[in-house]
Amino acid sequence: MSIEMTLQRGRVAASAREDGADASAAALGHVGPRTEPKLVRIAITAIAVMFLMLFVVLPLVVVFAQAFAQGVGVYFAALSDPEALSAIRLTLLVAAISVSLNLLFGLIAAWGIAKFEFPGKTFLISLIDLPFSVSPVISGLVFVLLFGAQGFFGPFLAQHNIQVLFALPGIALATIFVTFPFVARALIPLMQEQGTQEEEAAISLGASGLQTFFRVTLPNIKWGLLYGVLLCNARAMGEFGAVSVVSGHIRGLTNTMPLLVEILYNEYQFVASFAVASLLAMLALITLVAKTILERRLDNEDIEP
Amino acid sequence: MTIEVRNLTKQFGSFVALDDVDLTIGDGELLALLGPSGSGKTTLLRIIAGLEWPDAGEVTIDGESALSRGAGERHVGFVFQHYALFRHMSVFENVAFGLRVQPRRIRKSEAAIRARVKELLDLVQLDWLADRYPNQLSGGQRQRIALARALAIEPRILLLDEPFGALDAKVRKELRHWLRSLHKEIRVTSIFVTHDQEEALEVANRVVVMDKGRIEQTGTPTEVYDHPANAFVHGFIGESIELPVEVTDGQVRLGDSPLAIAADGLVSGPSKLFVRRHDMQVGPSGSGVLQGAVIRVRTFGPVQRAEVALTGGNKAIEIDAPRDQELRPGDIVGLKPRHYRIFAA
Repeated sequence: MSIEMTLQRGRVAASAREDGADASAAALGHVGPRTEPKLVRIAITAIAVMFLMLFVVLPLVVVFAQAFAQGVGVYFAALSDPEALSAIRLTLLVAAISVSLNLLFGLIAAWGIAKFEFPGKTFLISLIDLPFSVSPVISGLVFVLLFGAQGFFGPFLAQHNIQVLFALPGIALATIFVTFPFVARALIPLMQEQGTQEEEAAISLGASGLQTFFRVTLPNIKWGLLYGVLLCNARAMGEFGAVSVVSGHIRGLTNTMPLLVEILYNEYQFVASFAVASLLAMLALITLVAKTILERRLDNEDIEP
Repeated sequence: MTIEVRNLTKQFGSFVALDDVDLTIGDGELLALLGPSGSGKTTLLRIIAGLEWPDAGEVTIDGESALSRGAGERHVGFVFQHYALFRHMSVFENVAFGLRVQPRRIRKSEAAIRARVKELLDLVQLDWLADRYPNQLSGGQRQRIALARALAIEPRILLLDEPFGALDAKVRKELRHWLRSLHKEIRVTSIFVTHDQEEALEVANRVVVMDKGRIEQTGTPTEVYDHPANAFVHGFIGESIELPVEVTDGQVRLGDSPLAIAADGLVSGPSKLFVRRHDMQVGPSGSGVLQGAVIRVRTFGPVQRAEVALTGGNKAIEIDAPRDQELRPGDIVGLKPRHYRIFAA
């Protein structure tokens, strides 16, 4: 058991004792360390719950209410519209491309950062966070500047008849950019904590580099990796800003689900708009549940044996 | 297997971990690398294992250059201080790992692997833990499993990096004896790193004392304890009283007062006088070489430990006296070293 965990357990035990002391102090008519009246405690909790209801639960309910406002039949009709199907297909495709590439990149980056020492490491770690700190619209614009007709690679691409902007490659690139940090971020602390000793043990026992990776490293980080992939996927499917800039909004061709939601809404097709939005909301709910389960797994697994 | 280390040098940035180290380790030896942290002992061990590469120098195992081979090709068993067991594998799979990753053409059959793992778990007396996971084991059990895992590949050499460092005192003592008897049984050339002198002296056939990347002394436990080669070794091994003295023309002075001890053949200059705690004989006031007042007496085990403030100096020393000798705080006593060593400072 790790020291942290022992400490945590100690803390829990200590606070349990304090509670006991509180009660006995109150019974004796003394003022305990916690002096807020019961009413205040209830009020504070109520405010928090109301806030959550207003800003999280209510919008979610509205999405589903609007989607089913004209019945189930209209809901499914809206989803089986060719434009909606094309948007779903494109979203899944873009997510599949960006998640798998970011899985690979994130794994390599985390491996390099966690297992080796080199100058400029801190800089690299901050660089990985860049997509989080830049507005997605800017991220999209960067790709317009790079691959647009007047952009850096523009002439070259035009010459070879390669379409990047307003097509799948551009959407995928922008999505990869904004979702890059998830996998790396999930893995770096985990791999740093686990250190390199198990790998060294494997190597000294005669394992090759690949054997070491697949038999020792990967099993040790699998839950963290899954966690990163999950968040990466959620963001890849839900990304609006960056994709909006590079997509060109060509109907039935370069609209992803979030873009379609906006277009339909602007055209007063509320049911269709909320029907597509409800899919994204469901994705969010599934992600939330999976994330909770994975976090519990992670808590159990990253502890030193 | 004989290991030869020649002119080994290793730097981490500006920190010199190994400074021109030479060492020969004979077949079947159980050798301890002893030194404070930062003395380079672990670096030396890791270079022999192939987990680190030197800046200069040569390592040969049985006359073959080891540096041209990777860690996996050296057939060296390595045991880590923090066990480094594979956390997601059962004890059985941990021990089997080295056998399972062998190239297919020399890999044993599943039945042979099972038999070998069983044999090793019997050897470390933990066959009943085969299905457990590392986090379900105690520290001592984990370390024995780590040892079994290292032995699975039939290593030519066994290297142990502070093997008992993370264990509590009682378990550590048990494992020391166990390691000794295990070595007697399997006779594989073994090197272990430790900063615990008691561990080194008790377990090893031969002790290599290191400091600041250099070897200070090599010898049997008795040799390094009874005949320390220099001030560092004397101070590091065994509990010593250490007094700064001045040697001038065959005379030893502590502060202003001359000490009535022989100083034949000593080089003049500032020096250090070393006396083992139990080698300081306590007599009545006025006798002996040094005078002092007893400040405190603690009694435990076979001795009583007295703290004595030396007269004519502000230094207090701790000495071990037999329990039947009467000593009380406030007594003025005379002290006479039975054995002592003086090294130039």
